[in-house]
Amino acid sequence: MKEFRYLPGVTTLALQEALCVGCGACAEVCPHQVFAIRETKAAIIDLDGCMECGACALNCPVAAITVSPGVGCASYIIQTWIKGKGAVIECC
Amino acid sequence: MPLPMFQPEPEPAGAPCCGSPPGPPASPDERPGYRLCGFVERFLQTPEGMVPQVKTRFRLSDWLGVARARLGIRRDRYRVAPGLYAAGTAGAESPVLVTANYKLSFDALRKELAGVDAWILVLDTRGVNVWCAAGKKTFGTDELIRRVNGVGLARIVSHRELILPQLGASGVAGRLVRQACGFTVVWGPIRARDVRRFLASGKQALPEMRELSFSFGERLVLIPVELSLLITPSLWIVFAIIALAALGPQFSWGQLLQRTVAMSMAYVAGIVSGAVAVPAFLPWLPWRSFYLKGGLTGLIGGLAVALGRGAMDRTGLAMVLVGMAVSSYAAMNFTGATPYASPSGVEKEMRRGIPLQLASLAAAVVLWVGGRFWA
Repeated sequence: MKEFRYLPGVTTLALQEALCVGCGACAEVCPHQVFAIRETKAAIIDLDGCMECGACALNCPVAAITVSPGVGCASYIIQTWIKGKGAVIECC
Repeated sequence: MPLPMFQPEPEPAGAPCCGSPPGPPASPDERPGYRLCGFVERFLQTPEGMVPQVKTRFRLSDWLGVARARLGIRRDRYRVAPGLYAAGTAGAESPVLVTANYKLSFDALRKELAGVDAWILVLDTRGVNVWCAAGKKTFGTDELIRRVNGVGLARIVSHRELILPQLGASGVAGRLVRQACGFTVVWGPIRARDVRRFLASGKQALPEMRELSFSFGERLVLIPVELSLLITPSLWIVFAIIALAALGPQFSWGQLLQRTVAMSMAYVAGIVSGAVAVPAFLPWLPWRSFYLKGGLTGLIGGLAVALGRGAMDRTGLAMVLVGMAVSSYAAMNFTGATPYASPSGVEKEMRRGIPLQLASLAAAVVLWVGGRFWA
């Protein structure tokens, strides 16, 4: 996947290292190899590789990771613009 | 409760026969009101009743199903019943592989299991593939727990382990599954074709099994569905083109037809440039934003049909602008089918792309329709 890079500096992904227990779940589930375990803590090694799928945050046992997950699909986003963020979106 | 088994009636010998000979007798697995699935070989007896054992080889109807789903024909209804299935002679020690009830997902796993004894636990993802369903949480923690308990998995297998496709991780919190039903989630490979190696290597995923790919072939198979989704909106757009073609100081049927054909060709060029050329040539097109990639291919496609008419007049220029706008939008829509576009990135490029696409369209209408009045 290294040959495909998307827009840099946009992801909402954040890791609070102070909370991290170094279990490695994030590194295991991330399909873009955004995380690595350095000594006893997770570290973000490729922030712009993140596609905000939310797998890491959902599987972090101590909620050290936050990301605003969503669907990277234009027609879905247009519907959220029209109906508002909290609305029930049909599908895309 | 095991279902009662019937022995088929022996064929009556020497009975008079008319017309073509009768077909084979009913299978002992047939039940009133149910239809046997073609991918089921037979049924295995388990402590929780009969479980269908799947064939691991594709039949013609499976391939036809793949073709139909990839063309977008009744894709939302291409599904299998959720629940437990067996591959080979699955037993108490056999691994449990979890998948979605989109038949394309189920089949991708099933055909990799020749010679493997395993259970397949199918979640009700409403006929959606693993990754998209994980995003919608139908391939999710709650559904997994419900399904594990519902099929009585704890009484069928002696171990307490579930192997999930890695892309299901955005819907399933492994630790919550263990808390709720005692089964530990093991993250398997992304692709079903790596499952056999994963099992053989003691459930260790190699780095390449955890990494996404988006090869030329993987991109090409997505194109027909992208196009099928455009059929309905395209009909409305052709109506709009006809309406705009009818405007002008003088009306003639010949002109209406000529204008409609010209602008429809520009529209089709835009669709082909954005929904076919962009996916196919994705890594070789410049810029990271899809609206720019589509704008570029649309410029080429629009120029091709405009210059094909002969002189580059106001209509020709309008055709290029339409080609660019349509292609740019279609390409932007393809972000949803890629495995690497983040929603924040898509929203950012939409805020830039949509105003440009609308401006391009508006300029095209002014040139094309307005030109008839001030000529």
